[in-house]
Amino acid sequence: MHNTTILMAHGAGGRMSRELIRAVFAAHFANPGLAPLSDAAVLPALPPGALALTTDSYVVQPLFFPGGDIGKLAVCGTVNDLAVSGATPLYLSAGFILEEGLPLETLTCVVASMAETARAAGVQIVTDDTKVVERGAADQLFINTAGVGVVPPGLTLGAARLCAGDALLVNGTVGDHGLALMLHRQEMAFQSDLESDCAPLNGLIAAALDAAPGQVHWMRDATRGGLATVLNEWVLDAPALGIEIEEEAIPLRPAVRAGCEFLGLDPLYAANEGKAVFAVAGEAASAVLAALRAHPLGENAAMIGRVAADHAGRVVLRTPYGSRRVLPMLASEPMPRIC
Amino acid sequence: MKFIDEFRDPALARRLVGQIRQMTASRAAPVRLMEFCGGHTHAAYRFGLRELLDGAVELISGPGCPVCVTAAADLDRAIALAEWPDVILATFGDMVRVPGSRVQTLQAARARGADVRVVYSPLDALTLARQHPARPVVMLGVGFETTAPGIAAALVQAETERITNFSALSLHKLTPPAMRAILGAGDVPLDGIIGPGHVSAVIGSDAWGFLPREYGIACAVAGFEPLDLLGAIAGLVRATVEGVPVVDNLYMRGVRSEGNPTALALLNRVFEVGTAKWRGLGALPDSGLRLRAEWAHRNAARLFPVTREPAREPPGCRCGDIVRGRSAPMDCPLFRRVCTPENPIGPCMVSNEGACAAVFQYAVDF
Repeated sequence: MHNTTILMAHGAGGRMSRELIRAVFAAHFANPGLAPLSDAAVLPALPPGALALTTDSYVVQPLFFPGGDIGKLAVCGTVNDLAVSGATPLYLSAGFILEEGLPLETLTCVVASMAETARAAGVQIVTDDTKVVERGAADQLFINTAGVGVVPPGLTLGAARLCAGDALLVNGTVGDHGLALMLHRQEMAFQSDLESDCAPLNGLIAAALDAAPGQVHWMRDATRGGLATVLNEWVLDAPALGIEIEEEAIPLRPAVRAGCEFLGLDPLYAANEGKAVFAVAGEAASAVLAALRAHPLGENAAMIGRVAADHAGRVVLRTPYGSRRVLPMLASEPMPRIC
Repeated sequence: MKFIDEFRDPALARRLVGQIRQMTASRAAPVRLMEFCGGHTHAAYRFGLRELLDGAVELISGPGCPVCVTAAADLDRAIALAEWPDVILATFGDMVRVPGSRVQTLQAARARGADVRVVYSPLDALTLARQHPARPVVMLGVGFETTAPGIAAALVQAETERITNFSALSLHKLTPPAMRAILGAGDVPLDGIIGPGHVSAVIGSDAWGFLPREYGIACAVAGFEPLDLLGAIAGLVRATVEGVPVVDNLYMRGVRSEGNPTALALLNRVFEVGTAKWRGLGALPDSGLRLRAEWAHRNAARLFPVTREPAREPPGCRCGDIVRGRSAPMDCPLFRRVCTPENPIGPCMVSNEGACAAVFQYAVDF
């Protein structure tokens, strides 16, 4: 392509639009289902099971961060939303809103990263759309992805299946993404090699489901609001039950702990992009934990607590000192304190 | 993690709790201690110390949350300043959500178009001034002796680099006068004071000598980890039981008796002591830091003379009594009913360090 930046004409549907699609999107997303220049992707019949459909928009700043970029995030986020619903993710769509003046190289890097992540996750990006808006009307690049997957027959997950005695598992250290971004974004005076945990979890989740068929009762990816928010949403949806977690059992990287101590933040509320929480029947907990730990994305998996019949509607954390405190629902965005 | 893990040893913590319970076993009423500092309020809840000490020690939250003691009138001024044409107002995070007297916030001002930036350090605000040389950048100086030296340092740096568009609105407050005001009023019976750790790192533990000398009560300067707090509480309980009030420094890794001379010199170079308005305590003489006359060209109060209607506290809000330790959050008619962390009416519900936010989030009967 001759132009090195995105111009309004790239979104106008003419020759330049076609050229952008050919050189960037079709080149990277190449797959049998891709319909770059027709109105819809026409896909083969799906395997039996219930259809899962999800959509999410990605506006992260900066576009590139340690451990990932907006493209990788846009694929992982949607793949993970499908996977925690019990679905095998199959196809994704991708919608791009580009700010006029965006370097073409930036877009190419993001699209290449999406393609690579989709390959790793075993999903196909089968349709895409591009709009260009005037400079200032968007911040460089926004992406929306939607995804479809199939939930195998017989698999049900959700609040109705949560039971007192269920074990709560997480597939590794929490807060990595939130802290990595915060440190990177603020150009903090202290250095760290912390990276986002951004990763597609469908393989790990399939392994967990296979390890104890029917015994996984609920899963969620702990994205915005972190681990504590997922657990609070669970007790809101299953108000007759409570959740009790052990502070010492929660896996934390030293850099996340240190960064949170420094900023006065709680890592249990920091975002993750490659962590899921599993509620598993108590007797199956060790089998699922072993399956998680055997997967590369679950090396640090841990059992962090249990679903309880008491303190209904609350998430309670046991401190190492023998005391308890409530982990509340976050009221607003976490703010570093004055002193 | 160094400096953290050694102060979180669960076995030692349990042993200290046992000692405290043993010392108070024969007392009819719990020992009443005020934790001056909002950081201590938060830590005591976070580590579950209130539950561990229930019945033996009562912890009363004091005025040491900088957000909570900022007068509504000063917030109104900060909000008006943020709306001044071209101004970039730099602030620490938790100030953006505090309502002024007309239930306006910096956050709402930002949504209406004001340029309000959350910074983690006053030096970040100075960076903003370098990046936007044509626009005035004002650092909102809220905090105690702890944060004031950082703002003084940023002002000195601006002077050295001749960054002319950087100024500060100093709403800084001094902690010993607030402690005197509370004890002088005499309406909150206290057996001892947990002295603020970070403030004392600047002013020194000797600054609290007046507590035993003039009021006959003990003070233990403490850090923010469980063993710091439990050690301080054990010391204060012992002083109460034995009737020997002294100032004890249990935060030796951060606090010297004479404080931090570099920070104190910096404060003295940039600021002078003057009257400050406290939410709950009113105007207290010699309790605030204002910019010296030589720094008038960086004094946002002078550079941007905003006009305001007279301020009023939100009707029904008891934050004023709460920061004095005179009321508990549950005593407030607004608490939990209309005043929540999602929709804070008073500042004690906003900051992480505020007593109302802490009670709202953590206080539960198990």
